[in-house]
Amino acid sequence: MARNPVTWLGSPTFPKAAHAALADTQLRQNLRKATTTIRGKRAGVVAELDDWERLRHAGESIKDDVLANLDTYLLRLEESVTARGGVVHWARDAEEANRIVLDLARAEGADEVVKVKSMATAETGLNEALEAGGVRPVETDLAELIVQLGHDRPSHILVPAIHRNRAEIRDVFRREMADAPASDEPRDLAEAARRHLRRKFLSAKVAISGANFAVADTGSIVVVESEGNGRMCLTLPDTLITVMGIEKLVPTWADLEVFLQLLPRSSTAERMNPYTSVWSGVTPGDGPQKFHLVLLDNGRTATLADTVGRQALRCIRCSACLNVCPVYERTGGQAYGSVYPGPIGAILAPQLVNDPDDEQAASLPYASSLCGACYEVCPVRINIPEVLTHLRSEVVQAKGKRTPEALAMAAAAWMFGDPKRYEAAQRAGSLTRFLARDGKISHLPWPGSKWTSSRDLPAVPKESFRAWWRRNRG
Amino acid sequence: MADARSEILSRVRGALADRPSPAPVVRDYERTRVVDDPLGLLAERVADYQAVVHRVPTAELPARIGECLLARGASTVAVPADVPQPWRVPGVNWLPDEPPVPLTELDGVDGVLTGCAVAIAETGTIVLDAGAAQGRRMLSLVPDYHLCVVRAEQVAVSVPEALARLDPVRPLTFISGPSATSDIELDRVEGVHGPRTLEVLLVSA
Repeated sequence: MARNPVTWLGSPTFPKAAHAALADTQLRQNLRKATTTIRGKRAGVVAELDDWERLRHAGESIKDDVLANLDTYLLRLEESVTARGGVVHWARDAEEANRIVLDLARAEGADEVVKVKSMATAETGLNEALEAGGVRPVETDLAELIVQLGHDRPSHILVPAIHRNRAEIRDVFRREMADAPASDEPRDLAEAARRHLRRKFLSAKVAISGANFAVADTGSIVVVESEGNGRMCLTLPDTLITVMGIEKLVPTWADLEVFLQLLPRSSTAERMNPYTSVWSGVTPGDGPQKFHLVLLDNGRTATLADTVGRQALRCIRCSACLNVCPVYERTGGQAYGSVYPGPIGAILAPQLVNDPDDEQAASLPYASSLCGACYEVCPVRINIPEVLTHLRSEVVQAKGKRTPEALAMAAAAWMFGDPKRYEAAQRAGSLTRFLARDGKISHLPWPGSKWTSSRDLPAVPKESFRAWWRRNRG
Repeated sequence: MADARSEILSRVRGALADRPSPAPVVRDYERTRVVDDPLGLLAERVADYQAVVHRVPTAELPARIGECLLARGASTVAVPADVPQPWRVPGVNWLPDEPPVPLTELDGVDGVLTGCAVAIAETGTIVLDAGAAQGRRMLSLVPDYHLCVVRAEQVAVSVPEALARLDPVRPLTFISGPSATSDIELDRVEGVHGPRTLEVLLVSA
């Protein structure tokens, strides 16, 4: 089976990548500035809504209902999209999704396609697949454009170029754009992006988008954005191809009243994002006359099978958890080696990869201090710390039976399994008292030295509780 | 090998073998909100996005449309073919979208005048549904200046109230201020691909 491109091939494990990232002081400065700004703003707009906690609970339970009845809702969506003139495709993995999109673009005779920022297509590595197939993808979201022009990788779910400051962005534009501005004022940089993309919007035949939500009942697809590049792509080209993960559903239109409040306040810290587009199939005379919806699995059903880990599929990709995470703020997103960085990435990427032999993915659940800030801000109440510890225990289990941890656990199981063996072990344990100084043991012989090299061990009492009980009450 | 559709559906069913039964959805959040002055709130929140808002008595609407366009220096202005006749004030080269204005021509106009379907006071949002006086989606997208008329009865206070008034099967565009980006240092700047200037005429008796 092909490897899942949700993590980048050849990425070092998180501790190694983090070590390198921590040496980059410019990166840390950029991130601290950006995340501090957004944290303050988010807290402000969330405080405006008295019913925020009730909205979070509603968001959680709507998404849990979607997951528990996913087959029913997917079929309902397929039916409603088809009834309104759309064509629904199903893709088991990244490769299959990319092939479907490439074939559709080629069938329209397009050698260039405009793209709205989409996590699903970043996850499948669609751009590389299109280029290999002779179709040039043009990213139209400003941050995605910065990443694409800079031959860089994304580092944030919402703002993939968050690791770049204005001066660095100006330098990328100057290298790659004919009429780039000399100034590094965000307004001038935005203006440069507008000029750069205008002609492409007006001439594109095919657009590719993701989806924030899809309403099963009505077949309505929702894209939430800021710049208007989304509206351009969703409105002007004659053919629109939307790639969405199978979990992005909501059952009814009314359910969006919850998410259109939760998402903008959590992600860009606005009461509402500048533009939200909603369309259902094809509308004659208005917008694309051909609409294709690609439903992507790519590890989602494997994630769904894990009763603890499946809550990660509630995620609406707001990135609030990244912005509050002390680990993310210091290492940046690229250290996670995945299009999904930060706390949500640490639980989502390894589950989508679903390969116990992938050491890089297995290192991601350790990219956390378990402080819980992510859970507190999550608009759909994903208990990220709970999933992190759950995935860590799976990593330990999957490591095989010969690791020191596994050997120790196997020995412990043998010892706890029989009262006589347990008491013998306790007596043996109290012998280590001879190693103690002031009630602490600082140096154990190997393999115990692996523990005592970084911390002390309390001395074991002379007598066990069991022995004491028998002597006094037995 | 099974086709992708049946394989994904069977994977889903396999993954749900534990038959999860999530808690029922409790909708105890506020679906409606009562505020003293919904129009005032809308005006304030739209202005927060750096859009320009004018409160206008019904009788003065045509005159104010003319003033806005004059101040902007907009001489060629696109309109949906069905805008009320009085909106098309003299002195402007009106370009009705019937037959459909070609895209390149639309790219060259000075602005567009539309109505809307619903507005959301609490979030400062205007929603277009391609209905009366709104036209095709590209009409309010391509020109760099959007002048939008909102009538008092179109204003809902909360997001849930607004969604209940909308038909999701129509093509919908929610507009909250001019186009903007937060992509540089997560700080919002106005004006990218969509109309860089949004001006709202909020009409009440």
